Amino acid sequence: MIEFHLDRTSGVATYLQLVHQVKQALRLGLLGPGDQLPTAKDVVAQLGINPNTVLKAYRELERDGLVAPRPGQGTFVQQSLVSPSLAGTDRLQRALAGWVHDARTAGLTREDMTALFDRALRESEEGIA
Amino acid sequence: MTAALQAVGLGKRYRHTWALRDCSLAIPEGRVAALVGPNGAGKTTLLQLATGLLAPSAGELRVFGAPPANRAEVLAKVGFLAQDKPLYHSFTVAEMLRYGARLNPRWDQAVADRWLERFDLPPDRRVGQLSGGQRTQLAVALALAKRPRLLLLDEPMADLDPLVRHDLTRLLMETVAAEGLTVVVSSHVLAELATICDYLVLLAVGRVQLAGDTEALLAGHKLLVGPRRDPPRAGPHQVVAASHTDRQTTLLVRVAGTVHDPAWAVHDVGLEQLVLAYMRHPQTTALPRPALAAVPPDATEVLR
Repeated sequence: MIEFHLDRTSGVATYLQLVHQVKQALRLGLLGPGDQLPTAKDVVAQLGINPNTVLKAYRELERDGLVAPRPGQGTFVQQSLVSPSLAGTDRLQRALAGWVHDARTAGLTREDMTALFDRALRESEEGIA
Repeated sequence: MTAALQAVGLGKRYRHTWALRDCSLAIPEGRVAALVGPNGAGKTTLLQLATGLLAPSAGELRVFGAPPANRAEVLAKVGFLAQDKPLYHSFTVAEMLRYGARLNPRWDQAVADRWLERFDLPPDRRVGQLSGGQRTQLAVALALAKRPRLLLLDEPMADLDPLVRHDLTRLLMETVAAEGLTVVVSSHVLAELATICDYLVLLAVGRVQLAGDTEALLAGHKLLVGPRRDPPRAGPHQVVAASHTDRQTTLLVRVAGTVHDPAWAVHDVGLEQLVLAYMRHPQTTALPRPALAAVPPDATEVLR
């Protein structure tokens, strides 16, 4: 079982914070297939947030195939995020390290790189790239 | 679906001044609705109309489909926590609860006892000797023991310390999760409302300026940052607020579809940002499609 926390100043929507925290726990192996997520009522009692927010986060995770509800019992993890993608991440990690090295050689600062990376993300999300 | 609270052209006049006018809204059942707006916008008036404590001067108000004034079966479903927490100061906590039990047909003593215990309120203490925060806690216990289906809270958190505030929020949300009751809460503290509300009603000088599902409202507005553009236009998107520096323009827009113009960096907006932008521009409105009676076309003229 994991416990959620909330950053009220981050500006990130509450349900997304919950989604991110579950995914993070799945990546780190803190949660694995068969593990139960806290019930909506527990999350609400702990954080004092709108119950629909929790349900929305769980629906989103369900849509990604990561968790599934079992009627009368709760919501359970279906799929781990630890091993299958690890090899791929390794390669991407090396490529990114190479890119960062090149950027630094070209005189870019950390902020320059973040700005470039954010723009690339934005463009790819908008399908412009 | 029946709305928990529905108003059509609702107005309330005190002598020559309209405290609320042309107010049309529908808060769906099971929602936690934030009622926000500047001082004097009519928030308290709207809540008092919903309790039947006041009668409308114009228009119509329905609580679960029926007008609340003088209707015991409607009033039994409504819990109201007034801003000044009206309690009898010479009563003890226990006497106050017995009084509540007498007056309310749906009273649930177990609920009252449970809340008293969780708040750690001594039953033999006189109300006058309680702290401001404890009085709020007692008033909440009374309102919830009534087992309302619609709970109206007028600035409930104003005199609470941060810990009690958090506890109260948790308990309220727990009750919402367990019983699916509808809550309408007025407050000035937007950051506090952001995590508990899924519906927003913004009142501006007596009229509804912004209303709808919080997520939908947030998704429907974006902050655009780009090179200076004066006059501020953003294609099909309605500009709510604009600010400029010598080179840069920042717009808060109500989007119509995706923002394609690559000149703009598009950012999400938060609830506080959204509400403040509308409050600064009271002439701009964003309301759900008119499922209710249409507002008369000259309504905006009357206000000017």
